[in-house]
Amino acid sequence: MDIAEGLLYTKEHEWVKIEGSCARIGITSYAQELLGDITFIELPKISSELEQFKPFSSVESVKAASDIYAPLSGKVVEINNLLESQPELLNKSCYFKGWIAVIEVKNEQEKSALMDAESYKNYTKELKH
Amino acid sequence: MRLIFDKSVEGRKGLKISDSDVSVQANLPKKYQRDNPPNLPQVSELDVVRHYSNLSAMNFSVDANFYPLGSCTMKYNPKFTEMIANMAGFTDLHPLLPQLLGGGMLAQGSLEVIYKTERLLSEITGMSSFTTHPLAGAHGELTGVMIIAAYHKHAGNRRKYIIVPDSSHGTNPASAAIAGYEVIVVSTGKDGCMDIDEFKNRLNDQVAGVMLTCPNTLGIFNPRIKEIADLAHRSGALMYYDGANLNAIIGKARPGDLGFDIVHLNLHKSFAAPHGGGGPGSGPVGVKEGLVKFLPIPRIAKRNDGTFALDYNYPDSIGYIASFYGNFSVILKAYAYMVYLGKSGLIDVSEKAVLNANYLRSSLKKYFDIPYDRICMHEFVISVSKQKQKGISALDIAKYLIDNKIHPPTVYFPLIVKEAMMIEPAETESKETLDDFIRVMKDAAELSSKSPEILRCAPVSTPVGRLDEVKAAKDLNLRWHKR
Repeated sequence: MDIAEGLLYTKEHEWVKIEGSCARIGITSYAQELLGDITFIELPKISSELEQFKPFSSVESVKAASDIYAPLSGKVVEINNLLESQPELLNKSCYFKGWIAVIEVKNEQEKSALMDAESYKNYTKELKH
Repeated sequence: MRLIFDKSVEGRKGLKISDSDVSVQANLPKKYQRDNPPNLPQVSELDVVRHYSNLSAMNFSVDANFYPLGSCTMKYNPKFTEMIANMAGFTDLHPLLPQLLGGGMLAQGSLEVIYKTERLLSEITGMSSFTTHPLAGAHGELTGVMIIAAYHKHAGNRRKYIIVPDSSHGTNPASAAIAGYEVIVVSTGKDGCMDIDEFKNRLNDQVAGVMLTCPNTLGIFNPRIKEIADLAHRSGALMYYDGANLNAIIGKARPGDLGFDIVHLNLHKSFAAPHGGGGPGSGPVGVKEGLVKFLPIPRIAKRNDGTFALDYNYPDSIGYIASFYGNFSVILKAYAYMVYLGKSGLIDVSEKAVLNANYLRSSLKKYFDIPYDRICMHEFVISVSKQKQKGISALDIAKYLIDNKIHPPTVYFPLIVKEAMMIEPAETESKETLDDFIRVMKDAAELSSKSPEILRCAPVSTPVGRLDEVKAAKDLNLRWHKR
């Protein structure tokens, strides 16, 4: 299982990378593996407000359609337009080229509800099915 | 196989159009006339007959082979119901007739079929009344959720949420969302049922309804269903029964007795009307006493003199949800099926459906991981996770089944099981067919270590081999272009 160090994680398998007052969001390798080949992503709109743990985007793969949940609340300031033509980047490079959006973090304290790499690793191990 | 367009030969004709014996005047304004004739294939009648006969032979159907598609109840559709539905007294009747003055008396037979179907379905499910109008399962769900909304609105109490479990059919949250509700998803506990503690935590006085299948998608009957219904009712929510899995409990348990207020059934699943391409579907909705006034109009009423008529006098009704009275021929087939089998026959249906599923489950567990392994109802879910470690996925096994003339089970659903295959044999299959399926699945499990390439290359016996699913989803191209 590929888990990047230094990021924070949600139970719904999103990662977030803190970049100063902003945060970059994507899905984890566990999520992309489970979904299989991703064929479409609905990107959030610039300036839209995300609320922690509420769905803000959705992906479709050859197997299923799935919601993506916001790891933190905040305003979308950047989106990865490349994913519209190349959704496969979510499979090939989920932690780097496959990032989904950057948000302005609204409430730093929400971070305490997220897992670090070590706890996320343990969490995914427990998910048997 | 070449398309009919590819078989076109310039100037070839399939029919001769007689000369017109009235003068033809083309008064169509120039702007509505097309510049070029339509590009239709130029073929003979024999070309057409051969083309479509050969196409139909490629079709996979339950009439030809085993079709254990989980959640879909692909049971055999007995042919006598087709004969009845093809009787001229039914097929030649115009649906507008009972809406015309005196016309109802000319459509008594069909009105009686609808009325009696509603009565039988009410008895089977423990509901007060039914509507046959919804044209398919998801349409029934939407109708049911609209009735939930009408009930709360009538009580002066608009609520915001619908609760569904994470194992629910995707149409449940979709129907709730289309009807304007926000969806609360409750996860599945270790016993394969909705986590009851999480349910209690999420339940509040803004929850309008709880949508459940019982047995659920894992084929498990929730032993705490009554407790869930009581909790929901205490907080003012209605209980909605998705009838997709009714085949497991017909004649054994009634959703109404379990505490459900609204149910939709799929006549094309549980009541042996054709399903899928052979449809159309039919998703009747039943309700308990207090909700009857919200059912769609027109309703079929039995008058004091024993005749039947349309009744529009339901001011609180949610209104029209379909043209006319539903897919009548499907309702008719289901009615004939119920009357033919009778009570004992219907009980036999659910007993054999459950027996067949458990026979497969206990035979397959030697070869596959079964995450929620316990006595199941009419279906169960295996996981290909053991084989996945060797690089073989549920998809590979599904494709291998095609080469063995078996329709693949539902794959990758429910989402809570990794590499899921959801298997529902239905009651109409013989032990020989089930044994053949077990043998093929055993071969597949063995091949995953011995010769995985056979699985990865499957299917090899079909007109086209393994399709590129990513390309098909991303670069969809369904239009024929002249080369």
